[in-house]
Amino acid sequence: MSSADTLQAFKRDGRIAIVGASLAGLRAAEALRAEGFTGSLTMIGDEVGEPYDRPPLSKQVLTGWVPAGGTTLPRRRDIDAEWLLGVPADGLDLATNHVHLADGREVPFDRVLISTGVRARPWFVESEADLDGVFVVRTREHADGLQRALAAGPSRVLVIGAGFTGSEIASICRERDIPVTVAELAPAPLVGALGAMIGEVASDMQRAHGVDLRCGVKVTHLEGDAQGHFRRAHFSDGSTIDADVAVVALGGIRNTDWLRDSGLAAGVWGIACDTGCRALTLDGLITDDIFVAGDVARCPNPIYEYRLISLEHWANAVEQAEVAAHNMVSAQADRWPHLTIPTFWSIQFGVNIKSVGVPTFADEVVVTQGSVPDHRFVAAYGYQGRVTAAVSFNNAKWLDHYRQLIETAAPFPPPCPTPDGPADAKPVPVDFPSPQLLAQGATVVVTGHDPSERRVTAAWQHR
Amino acid sequence: MTTTETPDILHQILDYSARADPYPLYAELRKTPVARQEDGSYVISTYRELTGLLHNPHLSSDVRNLSRPMPATEADTTPSFINLDPPDHDRLRRLAMRHFGPPHTPGLVDGMRPDLTAIVNGLIDDFAGKERIDIVDDFAYPFPVTVICHLLGVPREDEPRFHVWVNAIVDSLDYDPKKDPKEKLDNGVQAKEDLRQYLGGLLEQRHGRPGDDLLTRMANDDGPEGRMTDDEIVSTANLLLIAGHETTVNLITNGMLTLLRHPQVLQRLCDEPDLIVRLVEELLRYEPPVHIIPWRAAYSDITVADTTIPKGSQIMLMLASGSRDPDRFDDPDRFDPDRQDNQHLGFGSGIHLCFGGPMARLETQIALNALVRRLDRPRLVADPPPYRPSPVLRGPIHLHIEQS
Repeated sequence: MSSADTLQAFKRDGRIAIVGASLAGLRAAEALRAEGFTGSLTMIGDEVGEPYDRPPLSKQVLTGWVPAGGTTLPRRRDIDAEWLLGVPADGLDLATNHVHLADGREVPFDRVLISTGVRARPWFVESEADLDGVFVVRTREHADGLQRALAAGPSRVLVIGAGFTGSEIASICRERDIPVTVAELAPAPLVGALGAMIGEVASDMQRAHGVDLRCGVKVTHLEGDAQGHFRRAHFSDGSTIDADVAVVALGGIRNTDWLRDSGLAAGVWGIACDTGCRALTLDGLITDDIFVAGDVARCPNPIYEYRLISLEHWANAVEQAEVAAHNMVSAQADRWPHLTIPTFWSIQFGVNIKSVGVPTFADEVVVTQGSVPDHRFVAAYGYQGRVTAAVSFNNAKWLDHYRQLIETAAPFPPPCPTPDGPADAKPVPVDFPSPQLLAQGATVVVTGHDPSERRVTAAWQHR
Repeated sequence: MTTTETPDILHQILDYSARADPYPLYAELRKTPVARQEDGSYVISTYRELTGLLHNPHLSSDVRNLSRPMPATEADTTPSFINLDPPDHDRLRRLAMRHFGPPHTPGLVDGMRPDLTAIVNGLIDDFAGKERIDIVDDFAYPFPVTVICHLLGVPREDEPRFHVWVNAIVDSLDYDPKKDPKEKLDNGVQAKEDLRQYLGGLLEQRHGRPGDDLLTRMANDDGPEGRMTDDEIVSTANLLLIAGHETTVNLITNGMLTLLRHPQVLQRLCDEPDLIVRLVEELLRYEPPVHIIPWRAAYSDITVADTTIPKGSQIMLMLASGSRDPDRFDDPDRFDPDRQDNQHLGFGSGIHLCFGGPMARLETQIALNALVRRLDRPRLVADPPPYRPSPVLRGPIHLHIEQS
């Protein structure tokens, strides 16, 4: 049988399992059917219920405008899948091509897509995390619970962490006229993603909207009352604050633990894959039948020196899912590389923030259009004299232009003036609090002498 | 592949003889995506280059950035936001949008649905007993004019007065000093002045008065960014009146013409009224009401498809050509209301994306659905129909049909 015949047989009668039934998983399933895959499709997800959209959970759901149950993702086509929901996968056997589920079931596959995404990073003290009034926001149950707590009219809300999610939640609190304190270890909100200059703008926005913003401090202890309800937070500078809701917004943890013994290059940074979304083994060899998409994928981007980058962006999940699905049912010569320039958006304090590119891949930033004091501007990011990203505040319609500058490695700072350019704009150091693309500490060790026996082992197995 | 002198094709397109079917000429033009003209201006005709420029912050909409001044520049008047760059453009457009769309006035367009339906049905009722109907004069013109008058707060009965001015203004849009009598330009300049006087007179009566129309609301707005000056309000009203007047008529008429040329689609629309949403999008791609943005200015040197357009150059954007670019749309010359991924240039793109687009869409959806439902086996009397002179705002001047 030729390889073309094998592919046709697989498209007709093959078995595909998708582990992770959220945005990336659903879009991949739809794309597989659109590509003509008529075999069996199994959707495995740890949450009960249909796939839903997450961006509204820290926005429209928390204002009370949209109920948490109202964010079900629209279906673009019938996917005719077997749904195994409510049970997480807890293992992947590459020798026999099976997914193991936590309840003991096994799902055989010819090809598998891993799109298990991210879960919220919980508060580090379990007993404090369990207090009534302490929330994380990742699922719709979380958002529903927090929405109810906000609707009850808390005396004050404490938001721990001023990244995008934390800042959006603080914005909603102010919109609902609820007093809010934001605690951030870094010198400013959003600084980890967008750097010091934008961080300063974000600080101004928060304070102008009445947020009690405390930067450079750590929350050390969440204190509850006798009834087990959160009442007070203690800070590293010795101060305290009374509040009855605390939102832990410290980012996410990639759901890769279940792959620990699988032999895939999976770890805290995600699952390494090629631009075609094929997973790498721990040894760095490419697999043929294991694909990765969404928040959990760690994919090389040629524009950014082929570094492996994982992105928790909505559009990235959608685009990667489509590429992965296409490649799962295509011959090698017909495969697509996932080369889209990342985009991201947020809405907070009445401002639409949008970015294109990877702002953390930069050494300088310059305002190219508009006015920073008015919170209407575009800032371009550069690395070693070329444009690598751009961020807009209430100026999103220009970003397509900056995407082209990134794609063509255009010079930074952009040399030509625009009608709306600030007269005195000079590039400034981008200034991130920590190196974003460099791992701290070893993740693997290498063993063996002969080329046939050299192997990589994950460092976590040695701890 | 990019820069060559191809003046002939552009002049053929602008010539009236090409009005009924400019599309084969656009295909010729696309062979040179960035075509430098004898007079130093540049014509852009391919989708990728057009969208790139429409999102390029170095492309200016302000004639004052042209190195050779436009023949029809008005001195001493405030340009409307269509002819301005940020930040002035953004501020004026925001102040106008406050009264027209989201986030401050989210329900306005959709809330006009019953009124639009009633106007459309009234006009079609008047077809009764007529053997021959002119879709333009009897329907596609009076409908959007009634709507924009109502929306702006301009008395409908003044239409005969301002129609003359609007015609003269539109006529002067494509003024060519080499070919056209100077009179054409002078008439346009005079008409602009007359229209400004007229709108200024209406505005004076609106200060301090209650009312829901845009003129009154702009005159009395006390939003966080303050109020537009009277000059700015007149310029804005001027723009909305002309744009609301002269574009939708072409979209509706082009729509009816296209349906009559595609009887199977017409029949399908009768059976599936919901098809109208995608059908109107395809119409905006296939037979758009605005074919050309006749000029933009290079604020700095702009490099497009390996050609550097020098600062101060005039740039002409052939939007209708971009929407038929085979590098972007499969089988672009086919009218296909089921088309997916239809990001046409019918309303432009970028910060100047058509302000009234949502209204034009709804008007056209309601108009075409009502026409196909209520006309009895309509037939075209002449194909092609006679066209208006303008290559910019292109559409039939009359569309005669007969029904059983």
